[in-house]
Amino acid sequence: MLRLHGNCLAKYWKTETVHELSVCQSTVSQVEEIAAKHSATGVSLIKLQIGPLSGIETTLLQQAFHIAKAGTIAEDARLEIEELPVRVQCKSCHTETDASTNRLVCSQCGDWQTTIISGDEMLLASIELIK
Amino acid sequence: MCNTCGCNVTPGNEHLVKGDGKLSTTEHGNESVTVLKNLLSENDRQASHNREHFHKNGVLAINLMSSPGSGKTALLEATVESLGNEFNIAVIEGDLETENDAERIRSKGVPAIQITTGSACHLDAHMVHDAVHNLDLSALDIVFIENVGNLVCPASFDLGHHRNVTLLSVTEGDDKPAKYPVMFRASDLMLISKSDLLEYLDDFEPEKAERHLRDLANAAPAMTVSAKNSDGLSQWFDWIRAEYNKVKLPEPGFFEHVNS
Repeated sequence: MLRLHGNCLAKYWKTETVHELSVCQSTVSQVEEIAAKHSATGVSLIKLQIGPLSGIETTLLQQAFHIAKAGTIAEDARLEIEELPVRVQCKSCHTETDASTNRLVCSQCGDWQTTIISGDEMLLASIELIK
Repeated sequence: MCNTCGCNVTPGNEHLVKGDGKLSTTEHGNESVTVLKNLLSENDRQASHNREHFHKNGVLAINLMSSPGSGKTALLEATVESLGNEFNIAVIEGDLETENDAERIRSKGVPAIQITTGSACHLDAHMVHDAVHNLDLSALDIVFIENVGNLVCPASFDLGHHRNVTLLSVTEGDDKPAKYPVMFRASDLMLISKSDLLEYLDDFEPEKAERHLRDLANAAPAMTVSAKNSDGLSQWFDWIRAEYNKVKLPEPGFFEHVNS
């Protein structure tokens, strides 16, 4: 049996079973890597882009960020989250329209066969480094 | 979405990569670095590595997701019983605690690795990697990964598998795809499970569940099955056979479309 000891930070998290903490920890380690590559002494700002179809709850992400950044080079960084809208393009009439997370149909012709153009992003957009 | 082909540059962020290029200076004199990488890049890197392991050995990997108690383990037991002579199968089990599910699978004569996640609500690519190294992939055809019972978190983590199968048991309500769109949008197959109970329920319509799935612009097949009385299982087995052949004899472009 493989037993995971988990991250000790998880015990300080009031709801232990959220994946936003894992996402945040992964983000912070990416930021640490970039900061080291650029010989930065600190990080002032981290900008993310999140779409609702990524499955990330931005409020929880903001809370988890305080835990994840503690003791790292990003300790004093501010987290800015740009929430992107859900947009789809219809495969039959090719119109681009807004959509809601659980109704990704074309609002022009009603066809359900659409492609997501925006709304599933979970991106580290940019960071600002202190040198 | 990946970090290599440029599909992560969307109309909303393209201004960041245009203009002055990747590096610029802010008004406070700090250096701004454009990154545009998936927040789970580390996990995705590990997932690609897992996928390579599977490909090298011609193994089909299926990620099974659902609410707790929708019958994932029972489905796997029935699957192992029927396909055990046709394919060499192994199962990776994800649960917060206990080795119960792995023991159920092992009693069917199939190797099973239990991952107990403690407080974690999902499996990730690193956990699956550890489990994979406890299996002899060269002797296997199919690996089923039974994810932690949860309709939210597992959807965000690529494990290196080829296909997502989501179970929806008839006791849960036919509007589950509308309530959990992230999970059901990512499904390559929706299995409506415990169909033997349908006759006792007057508020679950498989057609309605399928309509909710289509509303998510998902063309994945929907099958109604019962592990208990074997109803509908033959179509599930045929689906597995077809997917196995795609991995064993891949057509050009198959791997590019897996989990893109």
